[in-house]
Amino acid sequence: MALEWFRRERSVISPEQKKSTTDALWIKCESCSEIVFKQELEKQHLVCPKCSFHFAMEGSAYIAMLADEGSWQETDSTLRSLDPLSFKDSKKYADRVTASIRSTGKNDAITIGSCAVGGFPAVLGVMEFSFMGGSVGSVVGEKIARAVDHAIAADRALILISRSGGMRMQEGMVSLMQMAKTSVKLTQLGEAGLPYISILTNPTTGGTTASFSMLGDVIFAEPGALIGFAGPRVIKQTIGQDLPPGFQRSEFLLEKGFLDRIVHRSDLKPTVVQALRVFMHSKVHA
Amino acid sequence: MSKTATHEAVKSGAAHSNGTAGTVKSGFASGFVLDFEKPIVELEHKIAEMRTLAESSGMKNLGVEIDRMQKKAHRMREEVYSQLSRWQKVQLARHPRRPYTLDYIERLFSGFLELHGDRAFGDDHAIVSGIAEMDNLKMLVIGHQKGRGTKENIYRNFGMANPEGYRKSIRLLGLAEKFKLPVVTFVDTPGAYPGLGAEERGQAEAIARSLYEMARLKVPILTIVIGEGGSGGALALSIADRIFMLEYSIYSVISPEGCASILYRDAAQAPQAAESLKLTADDLLELGIIDGIIPEPKGGAHENFDETAQSIKLRLLDTLPELLREPSDQLMEARHRKYERIGYFLEA
Ligand SMILES: [Zn+2]
Repeated sequence: MALEWFRRERSVISPEQKKSTTDALWIKCESCSEIVFKQELEKQHLVCPKCSFHFAMEGSAYIAMLADEGSWQETDSTLRSLDPLSFKDSKKYADRVTASIRSTGKNDAITIGSCAVGGFPAVLGVMEFSFMGGSVGSVVGEKIARAVDHAIAADRALILISRSGGMRMQEGMVSLMQMAKTSVKLTQLGEAGLPYISILTNPTTGGTTASFSMLGDVIFAEPGALIGFAGPRVIKQTIGQDLPPGFQRSEFLLEKGFLDRIVHRSDLKPTVVQALRVFMHSKVHA
Repeated sequence: MSKTATHEAVKSGAAHSNGTAGTVKSGFASGFVLDFEKPIVELEHKIAEMRTLAESSGMKNLGVEIDRMQKKAHRMREEVYSQLSRWQKVQLARHPRRPYTLDYIERLFSGFLELHGDRAFGDDHAIVSGIAEMDNLKMLVIGHQKGRGTKENIYRNFGMANPEGYRKSIRLLGLAEKFKLPVVTFVDTPGAYPGLGAEERGQAEAIARSLYEMARLKVPILTIVIGEGGSGGALALSIADRIFMLEYSIYSVISPEGCASILYRDAAQAPQAAESLKLTADDLLELGIIDGIIPEPKGGAHENFDETAQSIKLRLLDTLPELLREPSDQLMEARHRKYERIGYFLEA
C-alpha cells in the first residue's frame, strides 16, 4: 500500500517537473532530486550532471547530436496515416491523428532522413514518443521500409533510435503487420551487407522491441531505459507479485545478454562512429 | 501411427484427453456450451432423446415430429451462424471444445514425429513441432498448443509460449530449409507469455528473430490460424507465403479485453472493442492481410473435428504443390512484396 501511495505521489509531481523542464531556469532532477541549471542540462544532452539520469530527449535533439553539421536531410516527412479500420473509441482515430499532428508538429511517430555520422553515410530514424506514445502503425512501418531501401540504394548504414510503447492498436492488424514488414525489410539490408545500429531509449516496449528494435547488428541502449516485450503492469498482473528492482531496465538486459552495450548519451556519437568505421570498411571508398 | 502426437503428450506428463472428441456431435455431452449455442444444442438434445425413444418403443409416428424438429434446428443454426457478431466469433475461436493443433496433426498426417527443444534452454510445451507426412508430401509442422482442462492447460501454459518455444521453432525452420521441406504453421495462442522468465530470456528478441528468419526462409511457408491469433506471439509463427484462417478464428493486434481496458478503462467493454478491432477472418481478408478463409462446419470446428481437418487438408493439398513449384528466390521475392505492400497512408 505504501508503495502504491508513493508511486501515485510521484506521478502527481512529475507532470509539474516536466513542465518545469520547459519553463524554468532550474530543474529538479527526477532521479537524484538535485536542482540543476537548465542551461547546464541542455549542454549535457539532458543528462543530469549530478547522477547521470537521462532525461527524455526529443527526436530533433538526437538528430542534432548524431548528424554531422549541415548533413541532415529529412525524407518522406509528408506521410500521414489513414484510418483502415474506421476506428473509434471515445474519439475517432482520424481525429486523434490530426490532434497529434497539431500538438507535436510531426506527421507521425518517426522522423527519418539521410546524414553523415562521423563522415559515414547513414540513414537515421528517430522515433517520437510524443506522437501517440511512439506507437507503430502504417506510417512508421512504411518510413522504416523506405529507410532500408534508401540505405541499400546509396550504400548507407541504418541507425534507428527506438522510443515506443508498441503497436498502434487503432490500426488493428495492419499495425501488427508492420512488425512483419520492418523485419522483412531488415533481411534485405542484411543481405546487402549494410550495418544496422539499433539504439534503444526509454521506453521501448511491445511489438517495437519484438521486431526492428531487437534486430540490430549491434544494439545499444541508454542507461536506465525500460526495455521489454510485455509492459511491467501486465507482467505484475500476470504473476501477481511485484517486479524485482531494475527489472527490464537497460542494465538488466545487458546482464541477460540482450544488449551489446549501454552507452551514455555523451558517448553515443563516438560509439556509433567507432562501429561504423569497422562495419563500413568495405563500403566507403576513401 | 497417427496417434503419435497424443501418446507422446501423455507420456511426457499431459493429460491429453481429447483423442476421441472429434466424434462428439452434441455439445451437451461434453459440457461447455456458449450462450448463443444453447437453444440449438438444447433442441438437438431433445431430437436425440426422441430418436432413442422412437427406436426403443417402435413408435413410428414420432418420425414426422423428429423431421420437423430437425428442420427447425437446421434453420436456427443457419440463422444464428449467418449473423454472428465479432464478439461471438471471438468466443467460438476460444471455445474450450475447439480442436487444437495436435487434434489436426492427428487427423491430417499419416506420420508425425514430434521434435523437442531449443537446444539452449528447454522445451516449451506451448509450441509443438515436428516432421510430418501427408500422402506423398513431406513437411515441417509447427503450432501453438493449448490444453484441455486445468491440468493440461497448465502443462501447455494455455498456449502462451516462452522464448524457448519460438527458438525451438527457429531451430526447426533451419531443418526445413536444409531438407527442402515446406513449413505449415498452426496459430492458436492468446499471446506470448508475459512473465518474468520470458522477459529475462528475451521474449522480444525471440519473436523478432522468428520474424526475421521466416522472412528469409528459402522454403514455402503456409500458416493456418485455427483459433486465437494473439498479437506478436501469433505473428511469430505466421510470416508466410499464404495465410489462411478458419472461418471462426480471430487474429488481433491486442485482445479485445486488453484493448477495452486501455481505451475504455473497462475490460467488460471487450465486445465493443472486438467490433472496433476488425479481427475476424472476413475482416482480415477484406484488409488484404490473409489469403483465404477455410470454412468450418455449421456450429463451428468443435462440432466436427474430422470435417474441419478435411477442409484444412484440401487447402494444403491445393496450395502446397503450387508453392513448391516456385523457385525459392521468386518465392521469397513474392513473400517480401506481399509484406511491403501492407499499410494504409497518404503522401502529400
Ligand atoms: Zn540527477
